[in-house]
This record gives sequence, structure tokens and C-alpha cells, in this order.
Amino acid sequence: MTKTYKLYIGGAFPRSESGRVHPVHDARGRFLANAAQASRKDLRDAVAAARKAFDGWSGATAYNRGQVLFRVAEMLEGRREQFIAETAAVEDLSVEGATAAVDTAIDRMVWYAGWTDKITTVLGTTNPVAGPYFSFSVPEPTGVVGALAPRQSSLLGLLSVVAPVIAAGNTCVVVAGDRALPAITLSEVLATSDLPGGVINLLTGHVAELAPWLATHADVNALDLTGAPETLRPELERSASETVKRVLPVGRGEPDWTREPSLKRLRTFTETKTVWHPVGT
Amino acid sequence: MTESITSPWDYAPAPESRDVAGLRPSYRMFVDGEFVDGSGQSLTSVNPATEETLAEVAGASAADVDRAVTAARAAFESTWATMPGSERAKYLFRIARLIQERGRELAVLETLDNGKPVKESRDTDVPTAAAHFFHHAGWADKLDHAGYGANPRPLGVAGQVIPWNFPLLMLAWKIAPALACGNTVVLKPAETTPLTALVFAEICQQAGLPAGVVNILPGAGDIGAELVAHPGVDKVAFTGSTEVGKSIQHRLAGTATRLTLELGGKAANIVFDDAPLDQAVEGVVNGGFFNQGHVCCAGSRLLVQESIAEELLDRLRTRVSALRVGDPLDKNTDVGAINSAEQLSRITELADTGEAEGARRWTSPCPLPSQGYFFAPTVFSEVHQSMRVAGEEVFGPVLSVLTFRTPEEAVTKANNTPYGLSAGIWTEKGSRILWAAQRVRAGVVWANTFNRFDPTAPFGGYQESGFGREGGRAGLEAYLDV
Amino acid sequence: MPTPPPALPGDLAEATRDDSTLKRFLHGLPGVDRVGLEQRAADLATRSIKKDSKLWAIDTAIGMIDLTTLEGADTAGKIGALAAKARRPDPDRPDTPPVAALCVYPDLAATAAEALNGSGVGVASVATAFPAGRSSSRVKLAEVELAVSAGADEVDVVIDRGAFLAGRYGQVHDEIREVKAACGRAHLKVILETGELATYDNVRRACWLALLAGADFVKTSTGKVSPAATLPVTHLMLGAVRDWRDRTGLSRGVKPAGGIRTTKDAVRYLVAVHEVAGRQWLSPELFRFGASGLLNDLLMQRRTQLDGHYSGPDYVAVDQ
Repeated sequence: MTKTYKLYIGGAFPRSESGRVHPVHDARGRFLANAAQASRKDLRDAVAAARKAFDGWSGATAYNRGQVLFRVAEMLEGRREQFIAETAAVEDLSVEGATAAVDTAIDRMVWYAGWTDKITTVLGTTNPVAGPYFSFSVPEPTGVVGALAPRQSSLLGLLSVVAPVIAAGNTCVVVAGDRALPAITLSEVLATSDLPGGVINLLTGHVAELAPWLATHADVNALDLTGAPETLRPELERSASETVKRVLPVGRGEPDWTREPSLKRLRTFTETKTVWHPVGT
Repeated sequence: MTESITSPWDYAPAPESRDVAGLRPSYRMFVDGEFVDGSGQSLTSVNPATEETLAEVAGASAADVDRAVTAARAAFESTWATMPGSERAKYLFRIARLIQERGRELAVLETLDNGKPVKESRDTDVPTAAAHFFHHAGWADKLDHAGYGANPRPLGVAGQVIPWNFPLLMLAWKIAPALACGNTVVLKPAETTPLTALVFAEICQQAGLPAGVVNILPGAGDIGAELVAHPGVDKVAFTGSTEVGKSIQHRLAGTATRLTLELGGKAANIVFDDAPLDQAVEGVVNGGFFNQGHVCCAGSRLLVQESIAEELLDRLRTRVSALRVGDPLDKNTDVGAINSAEQLSRITELADTGEAEGARRWTSPCPLPSQGYFFAPTVFSEVHQSMRVAGEEVFGPVLSVLTFRTPEEAVTKANNTPYGLSAGIWTEKGSRILWAAQRVRAGVVWANTFNRFDPTAPFGGYQESGFGREGGRAGLEAYLDV
Repeated sequence: MPTPPPALPGDLAEATRDDSTLKRFLHGLPGVDRVGLEQRAADLATRSIKKDSKLWAIDTAIGMIDLTTLEGADTAGKIGALAAKARRPDPDRPDTPPVAALCVYPDLAATAAEALNGSGVGVASVATAFPAGRSSSRVKLAEVELAVSAGADEVDVVIDRGAFLAGRYGQVHDEIREVKAACGRAHLKVILETGELATYDNVRRACWLALLAGADFVKTSTGKVSPAATLPVTHLMLGAVRDWRDRTGLSRGVKPAGGIRTTKDAVRYLVAVHEVAGRQWLSPELFRFGASGLLNDLLMQRRTQLDGHYSGPDYVAVDQ
């Protein structure tokens, strides 16, 4: 039985306020399901939900965030077969290829789960300033991150984009376009995991329609445009400049997601905060 | 004899000798290791304290930008990027030494050109600039240990545009890490304050720095725009207004050019009722009036707990009244000249809106010189978040005072701005300091102190105050391909 | 506890009602951040005082000196020599102002009074088991009475630092009040011995405690403990008397003592007086230097200023 998939906003599964749906196809153009087609107002709601969730998520202990991420990885593994099937369908992969991609995706989640309580250790420092002060610098989450799901790698790419964002304590709004089925299943996984509602918000719809609203939204602090069509990127980056958003520098095409990531994403979506205090009696 | 001065004690003038600055009637730009005439419109540098012309300065044209970028590219490829880090380090150490040795000259020249008190250029700008080169010199051969992986590569040619508020110091913040990481530089100093950058160019020559590694192009905003958009520039670093920062980010959208921005701010200085009051007053005065308030991280919004607001304001007014405003070259001057007529009129206009919007204006009764661009230290009380003086960066000696009742309210108000560069916290309670430091969304948090800078301590903003850091290990990322 | 003077406003009068109220009051004073205070003192120390301003500062500083000798080897002869110097610090320059006072041990107060008779230079005597203050109240008070009856115009007493550090503020307060009563018309300078109080928070509390108890002056040190007077601690005390004036309308003085040896030092202190407390304090009524060697450096610098060339130590009298 095919079903109509909904959006994932603030931990709930609403229909698009516009009432629109669009068909989701496999790589060969066969109809798989209808999915909600998010509007700019849905996107607005998703940003509001992400903002609302930010204080709680960024304020949670790194240990807690790590546990939550690891739980997500466990839940992903529980739906491994479904992800393999969906990934194979939307990316036109062999079962072996899809299996490798899904297993790497799960491993990636575990990898980032382990990072939550090391980011500060690795990126933070105490600063040996020339004066009677204790000075330290710590990375803090940037805020609400807008991301476009990579167009090729539907689950591994998506998790490689989203996991560092939330591992660092940000919340996010992700727009998934054509290969959205694994993303939709991911939202179902997240809804039953321990991840607080609003930390990840997933919208299905037309990237070209929604991305400009994400890039111009003043309450979005940073963008990961890995999933943006190259023709769209310059305009999105121009929009980002209106509120000085951080934009992850990305090269042409999609990166090789199977390689172990660098810390670039963790660095881009954190702000270094330097604190000073006098030392005296 | 001794009756000639009686109490009240007025200090006799104690001017630094302007001869020390070695001021010349004209300055040329620095390209490919040589001082050359520019083909752009020449600039006239004015002493803001007297309105007299200091010097004619060669101005760059678009063609000069092209020449400089080409020279920087050639230097990058032929010598600088391939030179062992340990060799680059020696040049930077040498530059640091030369800045120290020519410190008095640079301080006086900076004060003439900028209008800041010589006390500040002597005790802050110049020594901190030297310290920046000294610190980064040591990084040049230790980049493998900086946490960006093995053998991190430089980006190439860095186009750098800096503001007029700390001309030499901002130059140091830009050039030192760029060179340490193996990049070459084309730097445009601010239109109104190009002189110390050109003396720095001489220092580069004296240090034997290979030609083309550092190029200095004086010019106005249009030359800055040419530089950041030049296709031969791999990396742009800008310090200045949020408005211009946005236009640069806009211009570079869709290109591979790396960008870091250090922009405006509207920092909250939060004073709790258990603060060390006398030191808080000092910190508030420093936050508001250091460098005439021409500081992106100025503590221009004082948030004071209502229960001590009146007492703090009384003390603040008394203290501000004692600030000595006047001749920047006088070693006893605390507040110097506003950098330009244009900035003075902007400050005046914005301060007038404060009054029009119902804030209570208090102006220091200090005497002001009859010539030059001066603005008496001003404190607005009964300010509310919605007023322009509470929201906009004044970049002048104007402090807005707001009150709060609870820690939560203080932090909420502090964060209620699109900026996020710095913040101050004053309380004797340790746990509250750490709580507030965690909660304020700002790149630099000074607790029980203000306006402290060090080359080892990363500096930079959240949100519309820019992105990227300057100083410390974190600051290296801006100049490495990582 | 004895009744505080009626001039104090209600909240300050209340503060000394009992031990626990006093403790609450003193611990309720705003804290002092060490680094910030020292930074401010260092910043002000960079003031450049030149020409006429410097000459005015030198003469003012000479007139603020409590010329001090507090040695076991002090004799009538030494007191006589110092008294002569106090009256006319530089006999070649009769326009040189006299110092404010001669500061001696109580057994030599009468000698000093006689030597200074009619000069306008005051006699200051230390008392209360100076410098340690370790004796009974009875002995301390007897010493104050001895000094006053010998003709001391000013009495420099030490607080019981042991009691203060143990938190027995009431005891310290009461002892100062009793001493104040014993002083009669003589001015009371209360030595906090800041070097033993260790923290600036303690210094501020001790200052207010002394002022509440009726001190006319608060003084940093005995000169027998290191560190003696420092610029930051003097800043802090100047701030306290300024705040005291703002609260009560009463002007009280500050006396740094020990370690101030050069004209440069003295000028820095005067800058602090000027900019922290205010111009009103630039007077021997409200500011003194407890010093011995400082006077000669001031005299040499005075000659340098007036003669336009450097002077030398052989041209000023060495009496200590």
C-alpha cells in the first residue's frame, strides 16, 4: 500500500499548509509515493521550530547529545533493510551498493555521536595571554542551520550533512528534493528516537522553490548548500550575505561521502567564543 | 615662582614631539618591493585634531590593483609559499623587532593621522601590533601542529581591507597570520589613515622581505572593491562596517574566494548589583570611550541592574567628567579627536536621535578644542531597546544606558541585536559569570574586565558581526586551505 | 559599643550597632577586583607632569610630608636635626615650604614639640604599641595619653590586625573609638597596615571600619611591614574617603607611608589624589606622605626645576 508522506516539523508530522503534494519517484521514474510539497510558510514554521529547539539542544550536555545521536544510529540500524531498499530505489544502486551506503551512513552517525564531547576539547583552547587574565576559547553552536539534502547520496550524504550540524549543538532545517524517500524514513526514525522535536526539521518539496526562502530567512544563521544545484548557488550565497550567514564552502559536484570527514563542517557551524577573566585575590 | 600655578591643579601641556613621526610631505604606495607612484586619485591625509593637511598620498587605481595582485602572485609562487616555514618565521620576527624599534615614530604618526591619544597608540596599538607579528612568527614552522592536519597549504594571494580605527594594529592582525601561513598580501589601508601602513612597508624593506610578499595600496572604497573582486585574489579578509561586509560577501557569492569578515557590534556591558563597582565604572568608561568609541567591540550599551542604576550612573558621570579630551599628542589626553568630519557628523546625527526619541542626554562638561573634530563624551540614560542609540553602532564616544531586573532579562537584552561581537559581564559571583558568559551570543566575552586583546586569543563575531577569527590557533584557519 | 557621632546618616550610624550588623555592613561593600584596580593605578601613573605643574606638585608634596623617624636609635639630637629640616627644608631657598609634621615615637614627642614650637609644623606621634599593636587596650590607651600630653597634634595608631583578620570587627572598632576619645583635640590617623591585610577587599573594609569609628585619616602602613604603601592601595583608600564624603559630607584624609622615595613616586600619588578623590584632597589637611628620604629628592628636583640643571645629594642636608 502506498501512503502519502508528510513533513517533519518540530517533532510532528504536519501536512503542508498549502495542501500540496507531489509524487516521489524512483531513479527510473516509477511512482513510489506522494509526499507533502512544502511551501514557504512550512519553511517558516520549520525555522521557528528549529529556533525554539535551539536553547534546549545547545544547552544539553555534550554527553547527552552524544547519547541521543548514538540512539539515532541504533534506530537507523533497526530500519537497515528499509533504508537499503529505498536507497537502492532512489539512487538506482545494486543491493550491495545500497548496503554499503547505508552501513557507512550508520557508521557516520556513530562517528559524530562520539564527537559531541570532543569538539570543545579539540577546537577549544586556553589562551596564554600576556597579562593577569585567564582566557579560554570554546566552540559554540552557530544557531539554526539551513541545509539542502545532497542530490545524489540520499541517506549517506544527508546524514553526512545533518550529523555534524546537530552534533555541534545546532538545530537545522533540511530541504530534500527528488530523492526524498530515505529522508522521509529518516524523519520517522528521528520521531521515535530521543532527539528533541525541532532539532532536525525535514521538508520535502522543490529545492529551487524553497531554497531562496531558506537563504533569505533572517533567523537562519548558516547554510550548507552542498545539495544546491550549481546554477542556484551564487544567488543563494548572495541572499546569505544579507544577514552575514556562514556558508560552508563546497567544491563542484558532490564530495566522496565514503571518505572519513574532516572537521570542516564542525568548524563552520561553530563559533569560537573567547572569554577573559582577571586572576587575582 | 611657585605661585604661578595654584590648586586646582591643571596639568601643563605634555605634548609628544611631532617631529618623531618623521612626517613627509608625500607618501607613495608599495608594490612588488618598491615605492611607486599610483595611477589613481591621490589622497590627502588630514590631522583630525587640527584639520591641517599632513601629507599627500599616492592613490591606487584598478590597474595598480592588478599590478599588486600580479606581484603578490609571483612572490607567492616563486618564493614565499615554497620557502621553509622556519625561514618565513625569521622575517616575521624581524618585522616584530623593527616595529618595536620604530615604536615611538609609529605611535606619533598614528596619532597624527588618526586622532587617537598618543597614550593609546604608544601603549596599545604599536606594542600589540608588534606582539601579533611575534606570535605569528612562531606559527610559520609549526602549522603541522595547529590541528588542521599535516602540511596545511596556504590559500595564495590575500586581499585585505582594513579600517581607520586601529590602522597599524588591524594591519598586523591581517598581515601577520597571512604571511605566517605562507600567503602573500595586497592590503588596502583606510582612506583616512594610510600613513603607518606605508611606514610598515618600509619596515618590510628593512626586514629584507622578498619583493611582492606585501603590497600596500592606499585608496578609497572603490579600490577596496576592486581588490576584493580581483580574480587573482584567493582570499579576502575585511574589517569594517557590517554594510560593506555584506556587500563584499554579496560580491564574492558563487566564487571560490575564501572570505572572513570582522564587522560591527553593539556590545552589552552587563553590570550586576554585586559587581566590583569601581572597577566596573572603569570598565564601562573603557568600553565606551576607549579610542573615542571607534571600536567595533565597544561596550556601547550599558545594561545595569536597576537596584544600582542610580549609584552607578552618578559614579559614571563623575568619572567621565574627569576624562581629558583634547590634543591627541598630549600624553595626558584620554579622549582624542574623531577621525573625520564625516564620522563626526554621523555621531552627532545619531546622538540627536537619542534625544529626539526621549532618552536623557548627559554630556561631559569637559572643554573641547576650538579646532579639529571633537565630540564630548556623552551618556544617554533611560534608553530603551527600541531606540536607535540602543540598536545602531554609533562608533563614537556615546554610551547608552539601559536597566534590567534579573539575570535572564540581562542576557535576553544583551542578545537582542543582530550583532554579536563582544560583551562585558560584571559580577563577583563566579557561577553567574560562567552562566552569563555561556548565554551571551558574542565572540568575545570580557568578565570583570573589558577591551583586552592578545595575539593568542581568538577575536571575532557571531551573526552580523562577521565570521572567522583573528588570533590564536583558530585564526590560522582563515589563511589555510583546510 | 560606644555611640557613634551624631553626624552620620542613619544607615551608617546603624552599621556599628552590634558585631553582626557591622560584619554585614563591611561584607556588603562592593568587592574590589585586584587586576582592575592595579590596571587603573598603572594607567594613571603614566600621566606626564611637566614644568609649572611639576613645580607645584613638588611644593605641594613637601608641604604634605610627615617627616618620619621611627627607629630604636632615635635620640633627642636626631629629633632636633629633623625639626630644623622640617621648619626649613632648604635653607638656601627660603621660599621652600615647611613640611606638614614631624612623626616620632611617643617618648620623643615632647622633644619634637619643643623643637618645633611656634613653627607651624605639627608633631605626630605613633602610639598603641606601634608597629605590631600587640598589647593590652590599657597600655595602648596609656600610650595615646602620653603622646597627647607630650604635645602631639596628631596621633598615628595601628589597628589590631589580628582581631580584624579573625573577623572581630567590633573589637577593632571599639578600640579605635576609645583611642579617638583619648586623642581629645589631636587628629587621629589610623594605620591599617595594608601589607598584612593581604586583600583589597580587606583594605576597603578596614577603611570603612576606621572611618565609622571616627578616624580623621586612614593611613596605609607602619613602614615596618612589606609591602608598605602602594599606588593601588592608595587609590582604593582615596576612593573610600571620596565615597565617605559623598555619604556623610565629612572629608577625611589619606596617608600613604613607607616606600615613597622619589619625586616621581610623589607626583604619581598626587595624580591619584587629584583624579580619584578630587581636587579638594590636594592639601595637607587631607593628604600626607609618611616618608623620610622623599624630602631630599623633592628638594633636589625643586632645585633642578628652578635652576635649570640637575642638582646633587651634597647640596641638600642629610639628617637621617
